[in-house]
Amino acid sequence: MSDKFTIEDLKSILRECAGEDEGVDLDAQILDTKFEDLGYESLAIFETTSRIEREYGVSLGEEALNDADTPRALLDIVNARLLSLA
Amino acid sequence: MKPSTVVTGIGVTAPNGLGTKAYWAATLEATSGIDRITRFDPSRYPARFAGEVPGFVAKEHLSSRLLPQTDHMTRLALVAADWAFADAGVQPDQLDGYDMSVVTASSAGGFEFGERELQALWSKGSKYVSAYQSFAWFYAVNTGQISIRNGMQGPSAALVSDHAGGLDAIGQARRQIRKGTPLALTGGVDGSISPYGWISHLASGRISTAETPDRAYLPFDAAASGYVPGEGGALFVLEEANAARKRGAEIYGEIAGYASTFDPRPGSGRPPALKRAITLALQDAGMAPQDIDVVFADAVAVPELDRLEAEAITEVFGPRGVPVTAPKTMTGRLYAGAAPLDVAAALLAIRDGVLPPTVHIEPDDGYQLDVVTGIRTTPPRSALVIARGYGGFNSAVVVRSAR
Repeated sequence: MSDKFTIEDLKSILRECAGEDEGVDLDAQILDTKFEDLGYESLAIFETTSRIEREYGVSLGEEALNDADTPRALLDIVNARLLSLA
Repeated sequence: MKPSTVVTGIGVTAPNGLGTKAYWAATLEATSGIDRITRFDPSRYPARFAGEVPGFVAKEHLSSRLLPQTDHMTRLALVAADWAFADAGVQPDQLDGYDMSVVTASSAGGFEFGERELQALWSKGSKYVSAYQSFAWFYAVNTGQISIRNGMQGPSAALVSDHAGGLDAIGQARRQIRKGTPLALTGGVDGSISPYGWISHLASGRISTAETPDRAYLPFDAAASGYVPGEGGALFVLEEANAARKRGAEIYGEIAGYASTFDPRPGSGRPPALKRAITLALQDAGMAPQDIDVVFADAVAVPELDRLEAEAITEVFGPRGVPVTAPKTMTGRLYAGAAPLDVAAALLAIRDGVLPPTVHIEPDDGYQLDVVTGIRTTPPRSALVIARGYGGFNSAVVVRSAR
């Protein structure tokens, strides 16, 4: 596993545990698109963050759920946690 | 006078046919969908036959967004709902959400989904349990998912009364139509063919352990030894008759009568309440027994329960007084989906002027029933559908031609 959590990592987890909405292209520029506009409601984000926690051995806490409303924001939180583990 | 409620769309997923057309063709050809279980290895269980819906590939019908959050039976239900709308010529996104109700029945929710997540919980820990378990297992999940997918925000419900539930849902949906909701989607699609689900079915003591599929489900036969569980069911679009005619909809028939009763406490000495459900449904339809052209039986295939049902039917209609059929001998019993599938068969029977057969059985003369063991071409204009749920639920629906 790489030491940095990338948008590709996130997309693969999103696809696996929440799927991809018709009419949404995760391969487009989505870093600053709101999860809501990508078709993911809070439960999908909950499922996604708990999968990240499991696979990367980090604890994201409620901050990730409440504050990370875009892929970029979530990547920043995950990478900050990974850094603090290193 | 109460407004009349009619069926304008049907969506079927059944063990002997995926889609209304395939189901009905198979049913009229007496083709059974009961076979050895393939969804898990049944070899270590005493009962090994079920009715599984053939050829259903969820991702061909549903977005990948829905797949991680849905049980198999919810996927079947979402697709059946899509087909019912298409059949009715209704595009839900063109209607006001508050003008559309969803009322479905369920017997055990998304059992297979729940089983998988419980396995994850006990084998790996709570962090491995899907967030979607919060609703995917739940009895109301089909109502909720159909509501979300189609933007239906009218008064909605989920009914849980085992096999009777499918008729109770239709009765409740008709109430919403009568109260002024223009459209209701109703019925039931059910199923829990997974190891944990199977153990739960076996616990009822009513599941057949016969050695061959054609001997496994024999209602009203002297050799009856329990039933075969199945999955699937039917969903309907209901509308108020005048509104449906005004928009030029094709009408399958009217939900003319509905009633439900509950059996008295065992040992009370009072009579079972099935007959009363039948007479109340007839009364609700404003019809006499001789107005009913065919009865779709609950047909549990447990001798004592067959006897009770036969007695109720003969007390109302007289010995051999009405044709009785159980096309569910080709599908197994589908729990909350069973009676809706019978309602679909009844409506298609009225449309096509045929009585669908009961297969594999040699009726026991002692029941004094005129069982339809081969297709009959006496056109029915009306039908009574009977369903009973474990624990004392009895429900009956009368459908009749709207012409």
